[in-house]
Amino acid sequence: MVVAFDEMSASSESCRPGYEILKRWLDSTPPDLLSTRRAEAELLFRRIGITFAVYGDNDGEERIIPFDIIPRIITAPEWTKLSKGLEQRVKALNAFLTDIYSKGDILRAGIVPQDLIYQNPYYRPEMAGLKLAHDIYVMIAGIDIVRVDPDTFYVLEDNARTPSGVSYMLENREVMMKLFPDLFAEHRIAPVENYPDALLATLKSVAPLSAPGDPTVALLTPGPFNSAFYEHSFLADKLGIELVEGRDLLVRDNVVYMRTTEGPKRVDVLYRRLDDDFLDPLTFRPDSILGVPGLMNAYRAGNITLSNAVGTGVADDKAVYSYMPEIVRFYLGEEPILKNVPTWRCREPDALKYVLDNLDTLVVKEVAGSGGYGMLIGPASDRKTREEFGAKLRANPDDFIAQPTLALSTSPTFVDAGIAPRHVDLRPFVLSGRDKVRIVPGGLTRVALKEGSLVVNSSQGGGTKDTWVLDA
Amino acid sequence: MLSRTADNLFWLARYVERAENTARIIDAANRLAAMPIAYAGGSNEWESAVAATGALGLFKSLNREPTAENIIDFLAFSPENPSSIRSCLERARVNARSVRTALTSEMWDAINGAWLGLRQFDGASRDRMRLNEFLVYVKEASLRFDGSAYRTMIRNDVYFFSSLGSFIERADNTARILDVKYHLLLPAQESVGGGLDYFQWSSILRSVSANTAYHWVYRESLKPWLVADLLVLNDQLPRSLASCYDNICAFLDELSLAYGRQGPAQRVARSTRNRLQNATIDDVFADGLHEFLTEFIGENARLGQAITDQYLA
Repeated sequence: MVVAFDEMSASSESCRPGYEILKRWLDSTPPDLLSTRRAEAELLFRRIGITFAVYGDNDGEERIIPFDIIPRIITAPEWTKLSKGLEQRVKALNAFLTDIYSKGDILRAGIVPQDLIYQNPYYRPEMAGLKLAHDIYVMIAGIDIVRVDPDTFYVLEDNARTPSGVSYMLENREVMMKLFPDLFAEHRIAPVENYPDALLATLKSVAPLSAPGDPTVALLTPGPFNSAFYEHSFLADKLGIELVEGRDLLVRDNVVYMRTTEGPKRVDVLYRRLDDDFLDPLTFRPDSILGVPGLMNAYRAGNITLSNAVGTGVADDKAVYSYMPEIVRFYLGEEPILKNVPTWRCREPDALKYVLDNLDTLVVKEVAGSGGYGMLIGPASDRKTREEFGAKLRANPDDFIAQPTLALSTSPTFVDAGIAPRHVDLRPFVLSGRDKVRIVPGGLTRVALKEGSLVVNSSQGGGTKDTWVLDA
Repeated sequence: MLSRTADNLFWLARYVERAENTARIIDAANRLAAMPIAYAGGSNEWESAVAATGALGLFKSLNREPTAENIIDFLAFSPENPSSIRSCLERARVNARSVRTALTSEMWDAINGAWLGLRQFDGASRDRMRLNEFLVYVKEASLRFDGSAYRTMIRNDVYFFSSLGSFIERADNTARILDVKYHLLLPAQESVGGGLDYFQWSSILRSVSANTAYHWVYRESLKPWLVADLLVLNDQLPRSLASCYDNICAFLDELSLAYGRQGPAQRVARSTRNRLQNATIDDVFADGLHEFLTEFIGENARLGQAITDQYLA
């Protein structure tokens, strides 16, 4: 296994810029104090009730995600580069989605294969030819970034559907400010608390053209049994908007209303945290009781903005992802600032052969997979697992891509054995409005708490950290 | 406000109130059942307790022996009874969770805490000591909920709907508790106004914590018509039907003021309040207390439906 790049100490002697004060503080703070603070943090999270549900786990209806009290630091120059790259990325994503649902220039130019788009289960024919109010499909992206050395950031996933986790970004900061006021006084840390304002401004900016000057925004949740329900209610509260379920909405004459104690009230923008499939039983899954009958008609009539738009899932396909550098160049005429992880598309015979020959060094993922499920991490697997996976690959090569096993950067983390490096990723939240792109400096840092593990997903034993972007 | 949010708040308050009242009914039945046969024992206090919660039909359909233990379990813990104390607290918590941001953190703590603590009482229906602890626990949870609502909520429609739920449920339950007397059998040799009759009326007062109030107001020994007067018509007693309806009308007026519109709910509530204000206890007894209470429970349910139609649907 390669030795990973540590974001605090590149080697055991040196300390990287930005981390000086934190390192001194860690070196001089007794482990007991850290344990105490960690216990306090857990208590705060429990009190706030910031919980998530793990599907298929009857015992723990609600759990809290483990929180690591050692922050992850990003310097101003690093952030500047990252945010430029993120902005470029979402602009290209929106141009790409607008194109494939209208003229299809990029397909006709032969840059992205047609069948990869039109036969993709996440491509929505209902969206073809539909003119969206402001040509924005992805108002909210939660782009997963990993780092392998001081200069190289890779985009791992674009998460253009309904990315979650922003409530942790906000609550982690609140808890840290309560627990470590001294560290905050010694650093100049860019605030994240304006995220709800930025989100509301973004959502209002994409209201339908027919909406009144101050449009009504509501958050559509699948309900209290959804694993991210806490986040839904948290955001609705912070944004000061109604948290609605499908049954709270009705469509009359292609206009969407919510049922209130004062009668029906028109809704202009729906921040929906419900997958495409469940939105409207008349258009998509007829058995969906979470959706709103007629919603798609109102959408097609231009009377409601859905955020994110319907059909963005096609951009999350990992084979489509592999074309992102070309997509950036095609629409923006620029070189991509953020790298894509080199990706072998198993749908291509040469690539498949290479992947099968090198299973022990690659990470193989399902094109439509997420949450860290259904993937093979070659170096961590045994021969039997690899053989079984190889058979799946040969049977359905279109369903898989492969990538080299990246040595994700590590960040000092307080674990049972003391302070030790653990692998991390970063999910900044990128907001695209009619007027501009907004990115709050920071994001959700996820950390794989198990030694050596590369899987940061909360459903598989990952934790979170506060992410500090230092002001210049 | 979303109709569903208002509906959740309304029912959240009702479930909490119902849990408390069921605890009080069990308490009263427990007291009666503990009396020596010469005073009260041997009558059907447990069945009458189930009747008072309105679930006698359901209990009979389950084909259980009407033993004390079975009935206590049915009223306090059974998942088969949607109005058992545990069912009420569970449903209250589900409602609270989905309208979490409309509640203050104190109210959430009261509900969530009550729900989390339920587990420690598994099996308490077979152990009188623990059953008593459980009943105290439930009453305290309801007091905490009410108290934190009273002390921490903004006085807007959120508070009005939640209060309406409390008072409509309380009126219903007061009427039912009083009606228990109708279901309690007096053995053939016992006379109305006799010793057993006395203890039955006294346990009713006790179950609504109105013993002291009775003596303050009437300065007399227990008289059935005065007990009824206190619980039905006396607007000084906070859980009398008259007092509940004063509150219901006040909160409905607040709502119509806030929304700039009156509706059937306001009219139904006002007509019931007027009847309570104009009645005397002699009239009530002349037509029959049981008949009066049955009619009241029906009217109260109609008001609940009117509120649902007007605001919550």
